[in-house]
Amino acid sequence: MAYGEKVLDHYENPRNVGKFDQNESDIGTGMVGAPACGDVMRLQIKVNDAGVIEDAVFKTYGCGSAIASSSLLTEWVKGKTLDEAKAIKNTQLAEELALPPVKIHCSVLAEDAINAAVEDYKKKHA
Amino acid sequence: MNDKTNKPIYLDYSATTPIDERVVTEMIKYMGPEGVFGNPASRSHAYGWTAEKAVEQARQHIADLVGADAREIIFTSGATESDNLAIKGSAHFNKKRGQHIITCKTEHKAVLDSCRQLEREGFEVTYLDPEANGLVDLEKLKAAMRDDTTLVSIMHVNNEIGVIQDIEAIGNACRERKIIFHVDAAQSAGKIPMNLESLPVDLMSFSAHKIYGPKGMGALYVQRKPRVRLEAQMHGGGHERGMRSGTLATHQIVGMGEAFRIANEEMATENERLITLRNRLWDGLKDMEEVYINGDIKQRVAGNLNISFNYVEGESLLMALKDLAISSGSACTSASLEPSYVLRALGRNDELAHSSIRFSMGRYTTNQDIDTTVAHVRTAVEKLRDLSPLWDMYKDGVDISSIEWAAH
Repeated sequence: MAYGEKVLDHYENPRNVGKFDQNESDIGTGMVGAPACGDVMRLQIKVNDAGVIEDAVFKTYGCGSAIASSSLLTEWVKGKTLDEAKAIKNTQLAEELALPPVKIHCSVLAEDAINAAVEDYKKKHA
Repeated sequence: MNDKTNKPIYLDYSATTPIDERVVTEMIKYMGPEGVFGNPASRSHAYGWTAEKAVEQARQHIADLVGADAREIIFTSGATESDNLAIKGSAHFNKKRGQHIITCKTEHKAVLDSCRQLEREGFEVTYLDPEANGLVDLEKLKAAMRDDTTLVSIMHVNNEIGVIQDIEAIGNACRERKIIFHVDAAQSAGKIPMNLESLPVDLMSFSAHKIYGPKGMGALYVQRKPRVRLEAQMHGGGHERGMRSGTLATHQIVGMGEAFRIANEEMATENERLITLRNRLWDGLKDMEEVYINGDIKQRVAGNLNISFNYVEGESLLMALKDLAISSGSACTSASLEPSYVLRALGRNDELAHSSIRFSMGRYTTNQDIDTTVAHVRTAVEKLRDLSPLWDMYKDGVDISSIEWAAH
């Protein structure tokens, strides 16, 4: 299948690939998806005392659109508060990357990932 | 990329092949106003006679390759039509005798969907599970046979994993029970020597485009002694002994005949060359961590290598390998996200089934192509593993199957 330009860009040059220690108190980790479905995303955020996301990293097992969705998301969440990050919708990612209908689930997965990361961080600080 | 043509390196010969130039040269003679364009069924003039002669010569070439009598070859539009005609035609003809059919879960969709159609009509179908190496267990097949079984359909060479079934043993088991045996040989004709005079096979499907002939052209072998009877699926002028009506496509048939003639001449040397290429490819990749060959390595057609690169998703790997024309067993492009049904039937776990790539080599593949492929694949797999959380977990010693994943 043919991929859009932005998907290709994020796939070729993924931003913020990496891993934080998930046991650190300032880290929130969201791992979503399943190998059986062909995609697994791990999104991690580093949150400062003011509740702002200072840094974000990801690793994704999945198709190009899944990699691009998570890569783009790490760019978007940086500098955002937890609530702002949670407000990001999959439709925004899908629109920015011009995902075709069969790839919309990749953006849904990315939204799930940031929500899970925020929840993980909040649980640590509850 | 291929340096000369700037096109991706073609390693998808199991999907289709280019038409050999020698075949093209023959086909063109049967098309234009100056060529032999007549209807082979026209009995009243030379246009028809010469076309008929060409058709019969092609039929002979096809028969020669597989050790059949030319009168046992029925032309069709391709292996899909041949499979449909063989399975539905035979099941319908014998339905008073019984309505049970046996096939295997790793068959081509043309076979599986023909069986599904028969199920809708009230037939019963047993879908055998293959062994982990992709081969059918003869004892399990025998155990599935019933008094009302009229047809067994097992492919010769699997299109995805290239494994070769023991059709002689299966055919003998069918003969003992007087069950008709159909073999889809789309991926084996011209690649594996066979002699239908002695092979216990009643019906065999062929394709032209898998062996350097034209697309839209195939044939069905229908044994004459003892005579195998079919109910026609296409009705009309009664061509091909009433089994398949429709004006014969002379140029296509000539192309198939020439392609099969060339295959007959070159099969032995070509197979040696292809095995060397396949070994070269595997030798270039086998020292990587977590790579697995899918399907039996010994009982395997020369040009096929199907490999799973664990912890890398197939579609993203294809995307990274855009300079190679290959195919993946992972069907992430469909909304269902289902991995290859063939690999699932072998009992491969989800990660491995999603991580498979089929390399199929052919007549125009060179050593240089293979070396370039090895380099590309190694780089791409390394890059994607750096991106893969599953690879991280594997490296950290986490057992991925122990995690409770939320399926979505």
